[in-house]
Amino acid sequence: MRQMTEIRWHGRGGQGAKTAALLLADVAFNIGMHVQGFPEYGPERMGAPITAYDRISSKEIRVHSNIYEPDFVAVVDDTLLHSVDVTKGLKEDGAILINTQLRKEQILPLLNGYKGKVYVIDARKVCMQTLGKYFPNTPMLAAMVKISEVMEKDVFLKEMEGSLQHKFARKPEVLAGNLAALRMAFEEVK
Amino acid sequence: MLKTRMSGNEAVAHAIKQINPDVMPAFPITPSTEIPQFVATMIANGEIDTEFIPVESEHSSMSAAIGSSAAGARTLTATSSCGLAFMWEVLYVAASNRLPIAMAVVNRGLTGPLNINAEHSDSMGARDSGWLQIYAENNQEVYDNFLQAYRIAEHPDVKLPIMICQDGFITSHAVENITLWDDDKMKKFVGEYEPEHYLLKEDEVMAVGPYAASGYCMEAKKAQAEAMKRAKKVILDVAKEFESITGQSYGFFEGYRLEDAEYAIVAIGSVCGTAKDAVDALREKGLRAGLLKIRVFRPFPAEEIAEALKGCRAIAIMDRSEGYNAVGGPLGAEVTAALYRAKSQAEVVNIMYGLSGRDVRVEDLEEVFDNLVKLGDGEKVYNETCPYLGLRE
Repeated sequence: MRQMTEIRWHGRGGQGAKTAALLLADVAFNIGMHVQGFPEYGPERMGAPITAYDRISSKEIRVHSNIYEPDFVAVVDDTLLHSVDVTKGLKEDGAILINTQLRKEQILPLLNGYKGKVYVIDARKVCMQTLGKYFPNTPMLAAMVKISEVMEKDVFLKEMEGSLQHKFARKPEVLAGNLAALRMAFEEVK
Repeated sequence: MLKTRMSGNEAVAHAIKQINPDVMPAFPITPSTEIPQFVATMIANGEIDTEFIPVESEHSSMSAAIGSSAAGARTLTATSSCGLAFMWEVLYVAASNRLPIAMAVVNRGLTGPLNINAEHSDSMGARDSGWLQIYAENNQEVYDNFLQAYRIAEHPDVKLPIMICQDGFITSHAVENITLWDDDKMKKFVGEYEPEHYLLKEDEVMAVGPYAASGYCMEAKKAQAEAMKRAKKVILDVAKEFESITGQSYGFFEGYRLEDAEYAIVAIGSVCGTAKDAVDALREKGLRAGLLKIRVFRPFPAEEIAEALKGCRAIAIMDRSEGYNAVGGPLGAEVTAALYRAKSQAEVVNIMYGLSGRDVRVEDLEEVFDNLVKLGDGEKVYNETCPYLGLRE
């Protein structure tokens, strides 16, 4: 694993890209890492493109700038591929993860010739089969953990179970669906 | 002691929870809004018994804070940007009446253009209002500073209001690792507020804020100015006691690899973490780079800053607030004056950076150090007194 892993999230306001970034920071903290999870704020409103970031490191993190050369990029909404340069600065030994119902071959021409690894996941399918509602950040989080290898799958699932139990203490009925979404996302990343 | 992770706003709220102050009047404004939200939630959950006063403006929140503090209650509020500007008139009332109100300031630029991001123009605009001002690099520091706030402000030698500042969004909304101190230890450290004089004191009749004729007014102002000077010792004493409990060391400023530095950056706030990475990178290349991170801006530790910078050949003073005086920013003016009084021969440049949240990267600050080397060699590097860092061409 890298000494410092830097991740950039692209989404649209209201889709939970910021929440996904903060959840990833949370779970990485739980396994003893130094973390930074932060949004880049502009005039946010529902549907507008937004960016959020994660730094995960074995050492103290002091830098307080945005991330320009991320190791990994997550795109929560594939319509952003037409308007945002999502691979900008992305390291070629890194990877990009895109939530889409399109096939990888259909996505590749939209990535400005990015030479690193490209992963796709149909988060809508995962959500509908496990949660019955569309919350793309849950499967995207699991998929990002898988491709970035910031932690082992079993460790991640165990940590998430603990934090979801806490988060949904008053809504225990949604716990199983969320865990199923995380597990299924690991299999569905292509 | 608990090692956890939270945002800068959550960290301030946690300090407030541990202090459990008496009264908080507040009006929401981005990016400080979360602080009164968290406090209101803690009150609703019965975790603290602070009296929360929702008001119709920041002028009213500071006015209510003045009334509350004058009555004898430990009082706080929180604000940002235009909210702080809207308090301007009454900030002076709080300070001149010697009311130890604590205010969480989440720094954001003043309009315009209208923008919500980090800048110091809000609290720098209030730098001469008589409030103490302490700044933070990250969530840990703003938490620790808030825990020390009342001990400084309420000290009998001081009795002045205090702003505990952090950078909007960059630290206020970033989740980072933090160490929280035990409730009982912090409650004991902060202690109870027992003012000597206050409006609700039954056996003592007093007036707060009456007119003072010219024959007396200047003496009151001098007494206030002396209190600001005495705050210096109190700030260090409180920091020392805080260190004995937590192990966290604080002073007027932090010198990072400054002792043998030939080239130094002087800055305030979150950019200092980025500057530390730049300093380390340049040290590896053999450059004697250093950082002076100002924590206490009011009172201004002029002599101590000049002393700490005395070995430097060239110094960049970084301002996140325009002075609009055709010369530079407030930190530039004050540090330069401090160096002049100390008869420093160092080359000095005042650099404007990060306005309206303009991002600053490690490489940007490495470039500043590269220019300091040239400046130290007598080269003319900059075409203006106060160049802008990272300006679009």
